[in-house]
Amino acid sequence: MSRRSRSTTGRLPLVLLLPALLGLAFLLVPLIGLLAKAPWSTLPSRLFSAEVWTALRLSLVCATVATLICLLLGIPLAWLLARGNLPGRGLLRALVTVPLVLPPVVGGVALLLVLGRRGLIGQHLDAWFGISLPFTTAGVIVAEAFVAMPFLVISVEGALRAADPRFEEAAATLGASRWLTFRRVTLPSIAPGVVAGAVLCWARALGEFGATITFAGNFPGRTTTMPLAVYLALETDPDVAVVLSIVLLLVSVVVLASLRERWLSGLR
Amino acid sequence: MTLYADLQVTRGTFELDIDLTIAPGEVVALLGPNGAGKTTALRAIAGLLPLNAGRISLDDDRWDEPPKTFRTPDRRPIGVVFQDYLLFDHLSCLENVAFGLRARGIDKHLARTEAARWLETVGLAEYGRRRPRSLSGGQAQRVALARALATSPDVLLLDEPLAALDASTTLHVRAELGQHLQRFTGRTLLVTHDPLDAMVLADRLVIIEAGRIVQDGAPAEIARRPRTEYVAQLVGLNLYRGTATGTRVALSDGGTITLAEPADGPVHVAFPPIAVSLYPEPPSGSPRNTWPATVTGIEQHAHTVRLTLDAAPSGPSTLLADITPAALADLHPTPGQLLHATLKATEVTSYPT
Repeated sequence: MSRRSRSTTGRLPLVLLLPALLGLAFLLVPLIGLLAKAPWSTLPSRLFSAEVWTALRLSLVCATVATLICLLLGIPLAWLLARGNLPGRGLLRALVTVPLVLPPVVGGVALLLVLGRRGLIGQHLDAWFGISLPFTTAGVIVAEAFVAMPFLVISVEGALRAADPRFEEAAATLGASRWLTFRRVTLPSIAPGVVAGAVLCWARALGEFGATITFAGNFPGRTTTMPLAVYLALETDPDVAVVLSIVLLLVSVVVLASLRERWLSGLR
Repeated sequence: MTLYADLQVTRGTFELDIDLTIAPGEVVALLGPNGAGKTTALRAIAGLLPLNAGRISLDDDRWDEPPKTFRTPDRRPIGVVFQDYLLFDHLSCLENVAFGLRARGIDKHLARTEAARWLETVGLAEYGRRRPRSLSGGQAQRVALARALATSPDVLLLDEPLAALDASTTLHVRAELGQHLQRFTGRTLLVTHDPLDAMVLADRLVIIEAGRIVQDGAPAEIARRPRTEYVAQLVGLNLYRGTATGTRVALSDGGTITLAEPADGPVHVAFPPIAVSLYPEPPSGSPRNTWPATVTGIEQHAHTVRLTLDAAPSGPSTLLADITPAALADLHPTPGQLLHATLKATEVTSYPT
């Protein structure tokens, strides 16, 4: 009798196991380092400083509003891509995902060219309504939504494609209009996909840096979100940068963990 | 108000072209093999598939008449029970049944009261708060039926309503469905591939093969006088085509059959497999039909054994015969064995093609 493990597939091959452990370490060690280098003794006092709270509040508000905008526009867009019988749907889908691969700084520049005070649309916004987006909190939200929306669209579109359209047919035979069917049948059935997409979208918005600093600049209290504050602090007071980073890390982990149990389990 | 449907649908190389009329209170079963176009017909009437040509109307009320008229499903007074029911799993059973009423703008409280009444009608009063996922197949089917009937549709469409059930519950659920259909005053179209469902539940059978109607009539009529191979198989009869001269029918595939009553011209000839007797030696009596026949297949059924025989050239080249287990013990048939088949002329039905 051999004394090997009773697993039916045998032992994990070393050639897979080693890189796997290396990969795990690569992902975790920087986070551990962050915690190790934290100035724990002065942490409470730094944590409750006005700057941190201002930046954190701004970050949370902007990421949340950006996510709401993404939900409002992104779900219908995902529906159009998944269910609409459009010509050139494939091309459209590719275009929607461009911000996903675009360097955020480029996105910021593009936003500036279109929505800036002299921009394509921005000049009219300024002239007719007196609205100027760049270098404002609204600008932060626009930049975050621009970068984060593809995450939501892709997630929701995937859920829509996986959902059985025959349930929508059943609703139609029961007298439900397409809008009612969408609200009462389609949306509930893709809820896990929507929530997962919203979480990804929110996390992306929370961490957004490049497009934000390009389009909205860096004005404490107005446009300095947490990532910007971290970058700024790194040049002046590295300890503050570490504290801010830990706060961001904590917020992300808490949100992910709290949603995982209730919603993301539906995705498995 | 009669439902009139002249359905012409083309999908790829498949072409459906059938005429259906269903009177109030009538249950019509659309019966046919897989791929015959049964579900296509149902989807067209439901509005889930537009016609290419033809017309669907409820008296003067036009639902679909290409190229101008097309009413979407939500604007047709229909109820549909789908093959796998398609109950909404994020809603309770009560909310499922109330869905159609709510969609038609009926007040929430009223819709729920009405839905509860329907759940009670199908014997599931205490299941209102349950999720469809937690129901058995038979229960889910009853909720689906209640959901379809709750809006008091003019036309009820059932797509293989018993196909998803296991054999032990089918009998009971079928009987219950029959009672609900009897009480329903609208028009019912039942799509099925199961002849038993059709015979038990329907007032009239419409049999389609490859998108065309091949036979149409009362269940008893069709059971006695099948007109195609498929229908004969459904009702379990031997069926042949031939030309009658007096009591002698020359089969179109070769062989002859003798009738008790004289006939003339092209006829169908049908008889049940149980009417065929088999002997190891040529029988000495005088049944009018005696053929040497080779065993080609043996199949165990519930209480009988069905043999397939080749009685050519004197008789039909495919002959089904049912024998009892006792006869089986006597004969010991094996494929390739030569037996002698006899058939009393009085057991044979003939009718013009």
